[in-house]
Amino acid sequence: MSIRKLSVVDINLCVGCQSCMFACARRFGEAGLGKSAINVRSAGGIERGFIVVVCRACPDPPCAKVCPADALEPRSGGGVILSPRRCIGCQLCVDACTIQAILWDEEMNKPLICVHCGMCVDFCPYSVIKLETTEVGQS
Amino acid sequence: MIKGDPLSRVLFVDLSLRRFWIEERQDLFEERLGGAGAAIELLQEECKRGVDPLDPRNPIVFAVGPLNGVFPLASKTVAMFKSPLTGNLGESHAGGRSAVAIRLAGYGAIVIKGASDTPVYLAIQDDRVNFRDASVLWGMQSSYTVGRVIRERESGGGIRTIMRIGGAGEKLVSYASVVTETYRHFGRLGLGAVFGSKKLKAVMIQGKRAVKVGDPKLCRETYRELYDAITESPAMKKYHDLGTPMNVNGLNELKALPTQNLKRAYFKAAHSISGEVFAEGFLGRRVACAHCPVACIHLAALRLPYEDEPYFYKTLMISYDYELIYALGSLLEVDSAEGVLRLVEAVETFGLDAMSSGVALAWATEAQERGLITEKETAGLKLRWSDFDTYIKAVELIVEQPNDFYRALARGVGYASSIYGGQDFALAFGGNEMSGYHTGPAAHIGHLTGARHSHLDGAGYSIDERAATSGKSPTAVEIADRLLEEERWRQILSSLVVCFFARGIYKPQVVAKALRVMGYELTSEDLMRKGAEILKSKHEYKASEGFDFSRLKLPRRILETPTPLGYLTEDLIKDGIRAYAGKIMLSQ
Repeated sequence: MSIRKLSVVDINLCVGCQSCMFACARRFGEAGLGKSAINVRSAGGIERGFIVVVCRACPDPPCAKVCPADALEPRSGGGVILSPRRCIGCQLCVDACTIQAILWDEEMNKPLICVHCGMCVDFCPYSVIKLETTEVGQS
Repeated sequence: MIKGDPLSRVLFVDLSLRRFWIEERQDLFEERLGGAGAAIELLQEECKRGVDPLDPRNPIVFAVGPLNGVFPLASKTVAMFKSPLTGNLGESHAGGRSAVAIRLAGYGAIVIKGASDTPVYLAIQDDRVNFRDASVLWGMQSSYTVGRVIRERESGGGIRTIMRIGGAGEKLVSYASVVTETYRHFGRLGLGAVFGSKKLKAVMIQGKRAVKVGDPKLCRETYRELYDAITESPAMKKYHDLGTPMNVNGLNELKALPTQNLKRAYFKAAHSISGEVFAEGFLGRRVACAHCPVACIHLAALRLPYEDEPYFYKTLMISYDYELIYALGSLLEVDSAEGVLRLVEAVETFGLDAMSSGVALAWATEAQERGLITEKETAGLKLRWSDFDTYIKAVELIVEQPNDFYRALARGVGYASSIYGGQDFALAFGGNEMSGYHTGPAAHIGHLTGARHSHLDGAGYSIDERAATSGKSPTAVEIADRLLEEERWRQILSSLVVCFFARGIYKPQVVAKALRVMGYELTSEDLMRKGAEILKSKHEYKASEGFDFSRLKLPRRILETPTPLGYLTEDLIKDGIRAYAGKIMLSQ
């Protein structure tokens, strides 16, 4: 089977426009940034360029390991799938992610989990991020 | 508007009482959209007539609009206040992350009243306002350093704005700016001094709310159309590539580039400070305001050696634009990109408006040349065209104000020339220093009549440029009509708040469609009418503060130096002003 995975191609191409963040939020039919699962911020001042934080779709995701409610299920080929019904809103997953790629939905009190849909890629004007499709064996 | 859109919330902060509260103003944002339209109403309500601009009773209004946080290039915040430079309407726009942060913190406007008795900075996080002690930051001359300290101390990387002043704002220089996200500014008309008068060193605002839209499908479709138009349009290309400095060579060839305090409109060394030379030799990075895929902010990397320390260098990242290259380049005959950048760096560090600073230095140089002032006034400086090292020292003295002369110069060329003479070559209009366009009559009629006395009010230069190309010069009445039509439409853009660089994309029908997504049912005609009403409100405010079209003065210099459309006559300009003044209070 094949899975899709988001990755950063060249961080130096990023201008910090945050169009990707707004695109991510529109998946849910809302504007603003409340539902965005991407964070673009300066690397300690805009003169130094930017940091683009997207989920790396880890093959052995630490966020899933710390979830006390089994709300984050490892996805075949990497990353996790959120089961909102199980999530208790403890935020342990947020702390567990080394690159701080799990953002928080304040309104729902649940994590914002990247599903690697690639909507952000469509709205990146400088091709900083890409969506790769890879074949993975049956797990 | 959509019911429950937090745009309708106005945050009031009283620095004197250290209190804050939120008022629901759906009526205001329904009627006036937001941005400039809402801000002028709030200024009318909050600013007592006749108050001194540096009095605690002069409020600072920041306003955003319904399209901020929703559509691309809706990236600007409008600031309104009474200007310490002109003593009348102060309005200044900035991007950075300011607009998205205010909108997503859940506000349509923020009104800052009163004054603190000790230095303070505000940290606004959603519904909470923290009054933070800024005693340690007070006296910090560099706007860069202030930004760095607050960046480290506060949370919210990526979703916040940090507006701050440098030494110029603290010292109440009438054209001190407020710097945001290091490279963007509420540049014009002295907001920095109003911050300083309130002992307000900085305002940090963060937020990342979701914004509900009326019709998600229409939202996605409209967004796609706008985004594709913006990223593919040739209309936006000039802002991507060389950026606004592409104008340097163009205006120079047209013989419209103000040089040596506008003794000429042609600079023989223009190419060495052109957009092309900056891009080839210095462009180090391009960056964007939040929610703008265009990324017009051009940062130059300037490597400088430490003179006493071998093998020690610093590399400065300095943002450059056409207006800075004009004011701190051609107007002073600074003929190297490095010289311009070093002067820009000085102006930016202190947080001064670049245009007003350049015009002040140019006037002072000519005044010294003519013997109106001597080294006694300049504190020993010999101001000379192209000598940027001396200009950097003069910039420091404008901020420091060690004597009466620099205290006067810190109030703008209008005031300084009223004391020391040389009004004929003091390049200010309605109290605001000139922008870089000696293109013809429309540019200057626009400078004089525009609500902000800015080239961006009615874009007169563009009317002149078209006249130069077509060979058909419009009459004074035609110029006034076109300026007014453009300025009225721009009230809508600055109420949404869309960057003027996107004016070629956000046409009336497109705006109407985008507004429909946000629950506004308005036709193009409705919008034009609203634009006229907003502009009328500004002029009502201006009139109540003593502004009078018939008392506008023009510096003789603009008549002495030919434009691409020939020598200007006072009659033509006065006719233009009269025609504009006769129509401004009409509704369309």
